[in-house]
Amino acid sequence: MTYLAKPKLLSADAPKNALGYTRRDYEGAISTLCAGCGHDSISASIVQACFDLDIEPHRVAKLSGIGCSSKTPDYFLGNSHGFNSVHGRMPSVLTGAALANRNLIYLGVSGDGDSASIGIGQFAHAMRRGVNMTYIVENNGVYGLTKGQFSATADKGSKSKKGVINSDNPIDLAALALQLGATYVARSFSGDKEQLVPLIKGALCHNGPALIDVLSPCVTFNNHGGSTRSYDYVRQHNEAVNRVEVILPRDPIETSYPPGSLRRVVQHDGSILHLRKLDIDYDPSDRIGAINHLQERQALGEIVTGLLYVDSSAQDMHSHLNTVEKPLNQLGDAYLCPGSKALDALNALLR
Amino acid sequence: MTSAQSIESSNDFVIKFANVNGSGSSSANELFARAVMRMGVPVAPRNIFPSNIQGLPTWYEVRVSEAGWLGARGGCDMMIAMNPQTWDRDVAAVDAGGYLFYDSTKPMPASKFRDDITVLGVPLTAMCNREYTDPRQRQLFKNVMYVGALIALLDMEFSVAEALIVDRYRGKDPLIQANVHALRLGYDYVRAHLPCPIGLTVRRADAVGDRIFIDGNSACGLGAVYGGATVAGWYPITPSTSVIESFTSYCRKFRTDPDSGHARYAAVQAEDELASIGMVIGAAWNGARAFTATSGPGISLMQEFFGLAYFAEIPAVIFDVQRGSPSTGMPTRTQQSDLLACAYASHGDTRHVLLFPENPYECFTFGALAFDLADRLQTPVFVLSDLDMGMNESLCKPFDWDDSRRYDRGKLMTYEDLEAGKDFGRYLDVDGDGIPYRTIPGTHPTKGAYFTRGTTRNAYAKYSEAGTDYVYNMERLRRKFDTAKALVPAPILKKAAQPTRIGVIYYGSTSPAMAEAGALLEADGIHVDTLRVCGFPFCDEIMQFIADHEQVFVVEQNESGQLRSLLINEGEIDPKKLVRVLHYDGSPITARFISGRIADALSDRKISPIRKVAS
Repeated sequence: MTYLAKPKLLSADAPKNALGYTRRDYEGAISTLCAGCGHDSISASIVQACFDLDIEPHRVAKLSGIGCSSKTPDYFLGNSHGFNSVHGRMPSVLTGAALANRNLIYLGVSGDGDSASIGIGQFAHAMRRGVNMTYIVENNGVYGLTKGQFSATADKGSKSKKGVINSDNPIDLAALALQLGATYVARSFSGDKEQLVPLIKGALCHNGPALIDVLSPCVTFNNHGGSTRSYDYVRQHNEAVNRVEVILPRDPIETSYPPGSLRRVVQHDGSILHLRKLDIDYDPSDRIGAINHLQERQALGEIVTGLLYVDSSAQDMHSHLNTVEKPLNQLGDAYLCPGSKALDALNALLR
Repeated sequence: MTSAQSIESSNDFVIKFANVNGSGSSSANELFARAVMRMGVPVAPRNIFPSNIQGLPTWYEVRVSEAGWLGARGGCDMMIAMNPQTWDRDVAAVDAGGYLFYDSTKPMPASKFRDDITVLGVPLTAMCNREYTDPRQRQLFKNVMYVGALIALLDMEFSVAEALIVDRYRGKDPLIQANVHALRLGYDYVRAHLPCPIGLTVRRADAVGDRIFIDGNSACGLGAVYGGATVAGWYPITPSTSVIESFTSYCRKFRTDPDSGHARYAAVQAEDELASIGMVIGAAWNGARAFTATSGPGISLMQEFFGLAYFAEIPAVIFDVQRGSPSTGMPTRTQQSDLLACAYASHGDTRHVLLFPENPYECFTFGALAFDLADRLQTPVFVLSDLDMGMNESLCKPFDWDDSRRYDRGKLMTYEDLEAGKDFGRYLDVDGDGIPYRTIPGTHPTKGAYFTRGTTRNAYAKYSEAGTDYVYNMERLRRKFDTAKALVPAPILKKAAQPTRIGVIYYGSTSPAMAEAGALLEADGIHVDTLRVCGFPFCDEIMQFIADHEQVFVVEQNESGQLRSLLINEGEIDPKKLVRVLHYDGSPITARFISGRIADALSDRKISPIRKVAS
């Protein structure tokens, strides 16, 4: 969070999207995170994704918990309503917001401390409940705001800045999301914008709970030799299963990719995910296969990135609850209050 | 049958049913209570049940009172002793001259009875075994059979109970026939084998009027429907669960879109209480009317979120059906012990708006009002009921609704307002009442967006660590709380028949017992003015009432005198002036208890408040 608004210095030839917005229209306040923080790269990717998708910023509701990652919604989409809730409890607040208005786009931003420790219960239940949201975990394996403690996603055997060895097993949030019923699960790296931006775009177009676990090195406390969340380590061990292109219905569909290396997935909103395979055997529509693949590669010391799983026919929480199409927060008195006649009839039954 | 100097009373007695939890007795017992009510005689039933699904003892107490006293009376004029496990204590509980009804299938030694009560035996098990082969039928119809026996013993009209069975099982003729048959078996046996009626009788009267019979939790759920709630986040906990069950049931009836069949509401069973209030806060932030229902342990778990909603100024409605505390306490017994936990919920200088309904009618009206207040004040509003009020059916005036009433959505800055160039500062006190304007997410493409946070900010919702911004905010919140004084329901004053220097303050489910206690005291020549507190913050009338009386008794159902503490703290009142009258064993407070404690205290303190005016 910052005291300073970002100055709007706009060049005349800045590119505009279909709405006439420039990229700057998707930015927020100046980041107060450490210089080089991976989280800032993720914010930049969110800005790029929303710009590319021609999303009206005010139609996004951005929610977070507490921690370095949870500060970041202040740094993008300045014309969106934001909500910095309490530690680990963003998922329930987002769930409530989504119940109130199904027509907004919900972006939850969380951290590994926020989601894998105090908030793991809410994380799990939001996934299984089918909340239509993009849930980004900015995962650096460490508590930055309290200066360097291991988080629950830190790898066993990894070393803290002070030289302490982590003796606990890590929680893999992507694997967990797969088990819990998330219908869009991806992992990426904050330093790989080419991979991350399309993954965010795909998630924003997805109709259901979409998790993106983004490894995001903490330059101050977790970017050293013994860390398995450092820039160098992740770059060296990154094993991408695919590269994603998101093509909106209004865009011409490209067919120039080499045959056999492409997979088309049409999502509910008509957007098309083009998955360019790097691992020829990888099938992103196979939930169990995705879980197995993650575990097999993890055993080899690899960090699997890319779109791990997508269910293009997913239905969201509102479908499960059979709620009306019109947002609940827009129903007026006449639609909500049964009135005095109904009460008179009820009184008669209660005698 | 044993003879004794029997109690003789028509339309004024207490009858208690001792059963085994899970034996299906509750619907039979309720059938009896409703039959009395249908004869025009007010009843006040209370279910005393264990924290257990099956097997432990349970009691159902019905107070019959043509005078209309609906509070617990204490004592028992007739016991329907159907639980061998509690036989000795049930027999002992009957007032001298009272009646003991039991299943006489197996002979009992004389030592198991008392000489000073009338014993009425009916071989219920033997009759059931002759009539039914299915074990479950034997159990269920035994209950209906003893209701039939009671109808005869108390000289009630058989047709009234019969009509109730028809109403209950309408469209299910085999069930109607079977139940009426069992009722008739019990009735006929008693008419043939026992002298009836006994000294206790129910005579047709006209003392019920147009009143309805419903429990407080159902009324709260209905209040949420009429109050415009569309989102409920909840987690099951006794004794509040039926608030949500009622809400969803009424919503299915009233809020199902006739064309599409889709729901105009969403009720989500959360993973815990923290998530349930989180959902409420998220939904309310996004412009829906949202609520949860819980009890003491849930209130404890929700504390952090209450602080966030208070400080970030987000509407939320919480129905707290209080139970025995602290900790797990007595989960199925009643208390008023969450008062302080709700009034000052969360860390820091938080203060919350509380509403105190006295019966199902007010559970409905206050329940609906809570949503207007939450929106108007942009803050959590707690409706404090309790197990006694929430889970027991009671008589109250019929629900009513003014169709011209519109929901008060409070200070909402609209698209048009923003377009017109109105200055929007999310925490700006434009009107001097401490209440700022808010925008709902998605209102305007370029104006009105702000960041909601639990950290300090300035009037324009920008993050700030400046002490001046913090102080501005806290002072504004204090002003807002003062504004709330005029919005919460006013206290109800009842002046004594004669001038007095003694006052009594009470709230909530203490109300029916207090009304009767006032009459008992008056009959003893003790006159007290009473004031029922209906909401918090306390308005000036409450403080004036205390100032106007030399001694004020504060009657409540907890161990430490929480309402008294709140009055002392908020009103800076001399503690000596407020005398505790505390009942907290988990049973509902009685008129006898209140009047006895007040009379004793006045006697002990040698206060001479009673001005006996010659008539």
